[in-house]
Amino acid sequence: MQHSDKTVGGTHASASLAEADRLMTVCNSCRYCEGLCAVFPAMEMRRSFADGDLDYLANLCHACGACFIDCQFSPPHEFNVNVPKVLADVRADSYATYAWPQFLAPAFKRNGLAISLTCLFCIVVSLGYLVVITDASAIFAVHQGPGAFYALMPHNSMALMFGLAFAYAILAITLSARNFWRAIGPPPDASKAAPSIWQAMGDAGRLRYLDGGGAGCELPPGKPDRRRLFHHLTFYGFMLCFAATSVGTLYHYLLAREAPYPWYDLPVVLGTLGGVGLLIGPLGLLSQRTTRDMAVRPQNYNGMDTAFVLMLFLTSATGFAVLLLRATPALGITLIVHLGVVMALFLTLPYGKFVHGIYRFLALVRSAQERSGH
Amino acid sequence: MAASMADLQRNHDVLVVGGGNAALCAAIAARRGGASVLVVEAAPEFYRGGNTRHTRNMRCAHDAATATLSGPYSEDEFWNDLLLVTGGQTNEQLARMMIAQSKEMLVWIAEQGVKFQPSLGGTLSLGRTNSFFLGGGRAMLNALYQTAEKLGVKVVYDAEVTALDAPGGHFNAATIEHAGTAHRVTAKALVAASGGFESNIDWLRESWGPAADNFLIRGTRYNRGTVLKMLLAGGVEPIGDATQCHAVAIDARAPKFDGGIITRLDCIPFGIVVNKHAQRFYDEGEEVWPKRYAIWGRLVAAQPDQIGYIIFDAPKLELFMPSLYPAIAAGSIAELAGKLDLDAEALGVTVTAFNSAVRPGSFDAQILDDCRTEGLTPPKSHWAQRIEQAPFYAYPVRPGITFTYLGTRVNGQARMLMQGGGPSDNMFAAGEIMAGNVLGRGYAAGIGMTIGSVFGRIAGHEAAKRAAL
Repeated sequence: MQHSDKTVGGTHASASLAEADRLMTVCNSCRYCEGLCAVFPAMEMRRSFADGDLDYLANLCHACGACFIDCQFSPPHEFNVNVPKVLADVRADSYATYAWPQFLAPAFKRNGLAISLTCLFCIVVSLGYLVVITDASAIFAVHQGPGAFYALMPHNSMALMFGLAFAYAILAITLSARNFWRAIGPPPDASKAAPSIWQAMGDAGRLRYLDGGGAGCELPPGKPDRRRLFHHLTFYGFMLCFAATSVGTLYHYLLAREAPYPWYDLPVVLGTLGGVGLLIGPLGLLSQRTTRDMAVRPQNYNGMDTAFVLMLFLTSATGFAVLLLRATPALGITLIVHLGVVMALFLTLPYGKFVHGIYRFLALVRSAQERSGH
Repeated sequence: MAASMADLQRNHDVLVVGGGNAALCAAIAARRGGASVLVVEAAPEFYRGGNTRHTRNMRCAHDAATATLSGPYSEDEFWNDLLLVTGGQTNEQLARMMIAQSKEMLVWIAEQGVKFQPSLGGTLSLGRTNSFFLGGGRAMLNALYQTAEKLGVKVVYDAEVTALDAPGGHFNAATIEHAGTAHRVTAKALVAASGGFESNIDWLRESWGPAADNFLIRGTRYNRGTVLKMLLAGGVEPIGDATQCHAVAIDARAPKFDGGIITRLDCIPFGIVVNKHAQRFYDEGEEVWPKRYAIWGRLVAAQPDQIGYIIFDAPKLELFMPSLYPAIAAGSIAELAGKLDLDAEALGVTVTAFNSAVRPGSFDAQILDDCRTEGLTPPKSHWAQRIEQAPFYAYPVRPGITFTYLGTRVNGQARMLMQGGGPSDNMFAAGEIMAGNVLGRGYAAGIGMTIGSVFGRIAGHEAAKRAAL
């Protein structure tokens, strides 16, 4: 048996982690919230909370807010218990803590600025590429028929550049996620890995833990929480766009069919449906942020949430612009902007809010493992 | 919608005093019965709800398992449990009626928007008998308030009743202090659901003397019993022992008010408890903890300066539910005594005497095991093991007052009964203020909420009927 002599708020890497430790000690003595989500049952399996444990719990939290309005010790009570806010702070910090490579971690600190600058840079490079490599006059010419896009940028260069950017994003996210997975400690029983992943996919795909155990969380009361709807639109919109790109790539290499495709063809249909999701979802998420109670919002707000959803929105909006303007002289400049935005999205995936999905998924896997091994 | 000053200047059919489970059930029932209802809660909005904000479940009879209850709990079994905890100090007719009505409360409370969950973790022993509120008592209150306000019940916070105009058991009006102004509020019926007087230290001192100054109050500072006092002074017949309160041993470092559940300590069976002279004073292993939990507040209250210290050693640290404050740790008993400001020699003698009285046995925290002392006064009957492995730990404890037993006598319509006279014609009581009718002493988990909900609904229903006359 381990005997921790630890007092409340022991040694932690940050003030937020120390506060999270204090709160988990309060909550572990109460446990009234254990039916609300996965965080509190996971907490109950521990008696002391190291930084890795707290990062795990923070990423398991979906910020529904129910435990805040249900808590008899929330402010103005002197115990000052605000779990959603403090775990949001810890969660935001955890993305930087585990980021690979570490010298890019500061991108999380001023995330809105970092992502805006990257986006601008990518558009300029995209424009510069066309000006330098291609004939500048081609930008404002009208291009039609199969391969029209590739008159502006040869398909192979496009595929190479975006393939590299995407591969880098995957690599960086994988290595960051590995850091996180190692920090939250070994799973209780590795043999439960497969069913746990399946369980976590269901939990994540439905946003099971965003509804306070079924009671929902209107915060302030009377303001319905529509974040699940908007998140589904965003997430599934993103997945449909991803599918559209994948199908397009297969068309190109397997069937030798070149973009642009007619509106009824699979890549366009998938992309259009997904794009609509990515227009409504991000705007909806932003609107929910303005109505949600400030009390549960993270303190170290750094534009991260806004930057990511705006990037998704811009990706979709510029994609639609390409679709609408593809038969006009505006195609060139529209395509430049779209490609720049998409490039920036890829490059910043590992250093923005996108990683919340990866970390939360891993936390859900761990939670499923713990429950089945318990 | 938040009620305004104007609501204090208007006439209402039913005035409900209080803001907890009983008050809200009464308000909702009266409103559903067609009455206009004003609720006046003495606490600010955040602290609304009296002791309900610290509750977690309610005990209702049911014939079969449900989605959140693991098995049936018959009316007879409920009655037997109540007889056991009260030692017979209960009004059988009222109690049996309450138990019968508790069955439909499960449905009725859910219809008011309250959500239940199965019992989990450390509360499995109550999974068959008690229905747990999803998110706890404050979540339950939030749901009730939301429903009440949707129905058109007006609620005013920071509104304390300072006088009652109720000659001979007939309610005319109440004087209500709100935002520095006294308002005279008239109504056709009154429901008093304003709890006991556990936060009223002056009143506690009347029975306990200066010892009351060392009590910690587990609920908010707003449970002052103001209305109870006025009602009894106005001729309502009292019930329940004025000198008794439910008291458990809680961490002495807890705040004076509203420390709630998280300052309670469940480690007494795993160690010894000494007073400020480092002397033991009661058998720490007499019975399983849930059956002895509620006697330790009174035991500590009887000790000098109302303080005790639970002393145990390293192997026991993780055998009980964690609590808010960490245990005080030391490398030796003498060092621990120093940290607790106890006489090191005296504590050493007590621990040594205890250790040498411990007989061999096989320790099992889950049952009444055979680890006991021999030749020690007082004995430790179970879970007695030598305190010998450093680090040594201690929790300082004080009496934590949960609720008081004194209340107003009522009949089956939740109507107050007058001294030497019959029932009041338009005054009703529900919740802790009349709990003594059913629960003359002792406690069973979740029964306070049953009393509040059942009598709250009856009181609201009857008050609306009276107002319609």
